[in-house]
Amino acid sequence: MRIFDDTFGWAQLAVFTGLLLLLTRPTGVYLFQVLDAQGKTFLDPVLRPVERCFYFLLGADPKKEQDWKQYTISLLAFSLAGTLFTYAILRMQHVLPLNPQGLGPFSDHLAFNTAVSFMTNTNWQSYGGESTASYFSQMVGLAFHNFVSAATGIAVAAVLVRGIARHSAKAIGNFWVDLVRLNLYLLLPASIVYAVFLVSQGMIQNFKPYDTAQILDPYTVEVVKKDDNGDVVKGAPGNPVTEERKIDTQTIVQGPMASQVAIKMLGTNGGGFTNANASHPYENPTPLSNFIQILSIFLIPSGLTYYLGRMVKNQRHGWAVWGAMAAVFLMGVVACWWAESAGNPRLHALGVEAGSGNMEGKEVRFGIFNSALFATVTTDASCGAVNSMHDSFTPLGGLIPLLNIQLGEVVFGGVGAGLYGTLVFVVLAVFLAGLMVGRTPEYLGKKIEATDVKLSVLFVMAAAFSILGFTAWAAVSAWGPAALNNAGPHGLSEMLYAYSSGTGNNGSAFAGLTANTYWYNTTIGLAMLIGRFIMIIPALALAGNLARKKRAAATGGSFPVSGPLFSVLLLGTILIVGALTFFPALSLGPIVEHFQMTGSSITY
Amino acid sequence: MKNMLSELRVAVVATLFLAVVLCGVYPLVVWALSQGLFPHEANGSLIQRGGTVVGSELIAQNFGSPKYFHPRPSAAGEAGYDAGNSSGTNLGPLSKKLTDAVKERVEAYRAENGLAPDARVPADAVTSSSSGLDPHISLRNAFLQAPRVAQARGLDSEALEKIIRAITEGRDVGVFGEPRVNVLKLNLALDKKM
Repeated sequence: MRIFDDTFGWAQLAVFTGLLLLLTRPTGVYLFQVLDAQGKTFLDPVLRPVERCFYFLLGADPKKEQDWKQYTISLLAFSLAGTLFTYAILRMQHVLPLNPQGLGPFSDHLAFNTAVSFMTNTNWQSYGGESTASYFSQMVGLAFHNFVSAATGIAVAAVLVRGIARHSAKAIGNFWVDLVRLNLYLLLPASIVYAVFLVSQGMIQNFKPYDTAQILDPYTVEVVKKDDNGDVVKGAPGNPVTEERKIDTQTIVQGPMASQVAIKMLGTNGGGFTNANASHPYENPTPLSNFIQILSIFLIPSGLTYYLGRMVKNQRHGWAVWGAMAAVFLMGVVACWWAESAGNPRLHALGVEAGSGNMEGKEVRFGIFNSALFATVTTDASCGAVNSMHDSFTPLGGLIPLLNIQLGEVVFGGVGAGLYGTLVFVVLAVFLAGLMVGRTPEYLGKKIEATDVKLSVLFVMAAAFSILGFTAWAAVSAWGPAALNNAGPHGLSEMLYAYSSGTGNNGSAFAGLTANTYWYNTTIGLAMLIGRFIMIIPALALAGNLARKKRAAATGGSFPVSGPLFSVLLLGTILIVGALTFFPALSLGPIVEHFQMTGSSITY
Repeated sequence: MKNMLSELRVAVVATLFLAVVLCGVYPLVVWALSQGLFPHEANGSLIQRGGTVVGSELIAQNFGSPKYFHPRPSAAGEAGYDAGNSSGTNLGPLSKKLTDAVKERVEAYRAENGLAPDARVPADAVTSSSSGLDPHISLRNAFLQAPRVAQARGLDSEALEKIIRAITEGRDVGVFGEPRVNVLKLNLALDKKM
């Protein structure tokens, strides 16, 4: 179907965008209360004692604020402790409780990759959840980071906003206060309500072993024969030997899924309980659960733009940022939806209905529109959950998620990470505008000076070097192409996507790549660390530097940071930086693949 | 350095405290509420027939016999439809493996359903789903299979179409998602009728 005729698609897009707009203000106001150490919320009667208990155990004084360096040290120490905590659990899951399937320990490089992945809010998964991780590993080792990495991201964004809002100040907040308040007052209560809703739609939440069903129509299939070590048995000329297997039962995965999925979406983590992630019928049972999951990715990031406006006492600035984000979001959805609706001409030539669109790697209950919407939103934000397989998208349909990640996930973005990434682009946009008109750049009364611009450029460059550097290395190595599932330009796209996703702390994949190897686990692990900390540390330093400055009164010559002109300038900065950096690599991957698909009969 | 070490001690305490609340209390609260309010869903929406579990409402299982409606192709596990190993094919649009497989499935679909050799086949019937466990097929796919099933069961096709319509799930809240037919539920309804 052509998208212009797809009334229900447009209706769903309108409902989605409308609801997001409506929820932005209440979410922003609530964030404002939570991120104020003395702020009052309606949950105070229940949660205030728990919060006090936390400070008492830590020996922390919630009234004492930190400067940016102390804040950074606390954040790094907490991240290190959490990584080791999870690494230990994954390595020892075979001796820990709640492992009814008797799954063995993670290998050292997989445990490193996974611990880093969840700590950095990436949730890249080199493993399939249901066949690798025990209930304990999922519920404690991984879900822990779903909460705290989200809270850490929001905290960093809040610190940067405070840096902009304050003047002549050193202190920018207290990490432990931000951490515990975000978890207790925002993420925890929202997740409880959300998780129970998901169960009502059909998501599982139990601790029983996997069920075995006696299927109605037993059948036999031919499968590749394996020996006791799980290695493929080879026949005389080196071909694998096949054997007949009678299938009369089905093993059905179980576990504490809903509690993990709620925070996985709300915290823009994205790590699936199962391998198929949010396309698994348990992990996303209905179109309604799907719609709410997509909305929940954008909820907090969108609210943070309102928080920004409120804190800097310029609500129109917050809305101008929101508007720029919404514009990129809508362009991405429509482009991806169009490409997936048009489908794959190679399959149409074989007799497949052209009107059904590209259904390879998609689920019937979601259809084309909801798959394109999910793919766009999950990569606008640094979520990384998927409800369809991006690897099987058409070339241009797959280009959109890839490009979204490479633009820095600043379209609403990950919780916190989206806003601090955006603010870095705001600094660059203001700087460029200043250069164009030949006056000292100024942002909300603060002079933007060399240090600020250097920190912002470091932030942007780190991502480009990590994504392109690692991809180039993998492409010329022996281990890189060995793990590919597709040949030709699509193979390059698989590698490019992997390092974009790792560096962007996204976590989605062109999942054909067999990433669970020593080299991929290690290099993607490093990319995730770069993408997290070479972004957070400059962002915190920028916050400290901005907070220190005096504020000049606004004059007629001040650069206005609200209104459509500013939105367009911000949009232009994001698109130009992203396009100039990644266009050459994209043209060797999805773009050339598109022309091969439409203009040749090459297959790989 | 001393600063970092004392921060690490604080960080360890914070980790343990938050782990108890977020990874102990929280999942148990959700578990208790779910088991109390939605026990069927929380335990996997399992379907029992004569005391044995025959599947889950939400999980596709394979049907190959002509008297049953067939689900979408599956790449879950090495034999397909393995609900302990969810997966798509992850084949790209120019993959030869993909085009070969689709070609074979299109021909098989036409043959088993008595369609013309140049008949257009719905995409969901010949492409693998994302999870490999997609429980649904499109309405068009169901109606194209209906004559074969009717013949194998000696049903008249009007009665069968009535059953399909009764099983069809519409868009959620009238707008979200796509209309669809749950294959397992449909086949169970047929078995019950016969």
